[in-house]
Amino acid sequence: MTDAAEAGPFDGMLKPAIDDDSRPFWEACDRGELRIQRCAACGVRRMPPRPLCPHCRSFETAWDVMSGRATVWSVLVAHPPLLPAYGDQAPYNVVVVALDDDPSIRLVGNVVAAGDAPLDSIDPHTVEIGDAVTVAFRRLADDVALPVWVPA
Amino acid sequence: MRDATAIVGIGNTEYAKALDRPEKVLALEAILAALDDAGIDPADVDGLASYTMEGTEEIEIARNLGCRAVTWFGQVGYGGGAGCGVVGNAAMAVASGQCDVAVAWRSRKRGAAASRPWAGVRDRVGGNQQWSRPWGLLRPVDEIAMLTRRYLHEYGGSREHLCNVAMAARGHANRNPAATMHAKPMTRDDYFAARWISEPLCLFDNCLETDGAGAVVIVRADRARDCRTRPAYVHSWAQSIPLDHQTMTNFFTDDPLRGPAWDCAAKLWAGADVGPDDVDVAQLYDAFSPLVLLSLEGYGFCGRGEAPGFTEDGGIALGGRLPVNTSGGGMSEAYVHGFNLIIEAVRQVRGTSTAQVPDAEVSLVTSGEGVPTSALLLVRR
Repeated sequence: MTDAAEAGPFDGMLKPAIDDDSRPFWEACDRGELRIQRCAACGVRRMPPRPLCPHCRSFETAWDVMSGRATVWSVLVAHPPLLPAYGDQAPYNVVVVALDDDPSIRLVGNVVAAGDAPLDSIDPHTVEIGDAVTVAFRRLADDVALPVWVPA
Repeated sequence: MRDATAIVGIGNTEYAKALDRPEKVLALEAILAALDDAGIDPADVDGLASYTMEGTEEIEIARNLGCRAVTWFGQVGYGGGAGCGVVGNAAMAVASGQCDVAVAWRSRKRGAAASRPWAGVRDRVGGNQQWSRPWGLLRPVDEIAMLTRRYLHEYGGSREHLCNVAMAARGHANRNPAATMHAKPMTRDDYFAARWISEPLCLFDNCLETDGAGAVVIVRADRARDCRTRPAYVHSWAQSIPLDHQTMTNFFTDDPLRGPAWDCAAKLWAGADVGPDDVDVAQLYDAFSPLVLLSLEGYGFCGRGEAPGFTEDGGIALGGRLPVNTSGGGMSEAYVHGFNLIIEAVRQVRGTSTAQVPDAEVSLVTSGEGVPTSALLLVRR
């Protein structure tokens, strides 16, 4: 096994290790859809996805397509030291957005100029809490399209 | 188990950016110092409590110390949230008779693989981190910066208040010869001139990176009276995982600014004869300055959104409303996953702090906010 310190930091963009709980989310993103898990019994949505509804304890789930409209809930501006692939794009914004369809659902993301634009494609200091944004997708791997956000 | 046990020994290594001994040796040095402080033979240690992130296993401690028979051992998870829970679990084991002499410790080197936020990170990130890391929310400081921006937005605090936290800690460190920042005074101008790390947090909103170790010894109250030192009685302790909590990236719950401290505090005060108004001095976990604001509110020292004002006019400095992090804390003494805060809380009860609160009788110490957490209320009797 290679020692991480000797090998130096990983120099690519990080991708999700898709698991049983998250697979429907990432497969939807791969098709260009934003889907959020909902309890098929009591109807309450939840994020991050998990097997059991914490409200009614049902294992039955469904995945709702969201409109892709959201509002910035919080924002930071990241500066180095960062992993190389991220440091190259710094300073950049990271946001938490609340979905307009269901504001109880929040997602981490970036506000960017377009789905295929880099993290620093927007001046990070122009992103404010309350900004309206719309989902786009950034292709990171054959099986990963990351939901990101463009100004509405 | 109110006052049924006491911390009777404290010990720590020196704190520095880089120490040459391995974590195991640092752990043993701290534990030996704590046992010597208590006047207890290492062979008598029969309980061992540690963090799940601890690099040295119990069997290593036991066979190096020459413990005759360890009859209880346990660990607590969630990094900086563990500390007070490690001590609390040890106290519970002593109180229930599973062991008679428990040692709790933390040894940490910044160069150790487990201490680096992205050590071993390769291409794919799993579990909860898949919902944050790919977007460049990479470091603990980013996770807390996100909550901080929302906090300042909702409550109207400013960086001036984060600066108050950093300045109070530094002022206390300047009185503490063992503190990493002992000889480095800081001005408000220094704070505002520092480089950004993750806006709204700058370099001085972050804790130190430290090599070092600390340990405490816990025994029953009847035995405590025979030890060398003035006992710091474990009056109450608590842990909490609140509803729908996600460690560090706690953005998904209904009310992310009501962190784990709130439920931990409710349990802590329910088990105590005293309340927040009776606390003389507090060590509030400060991996990042905003955690102190969240903890002031969570543990009931002020209302929601009132922590910024609480820090004004020297409110958390020695001589203020509630002196906080009187050794310099994680930001200016050492960052040993909060274990140095526990040691300082004991010193305050003993009357031996370098920033001593006169006649301190009730001493609070908390572990990491924003993660499954814990707290410990120590008293003098």
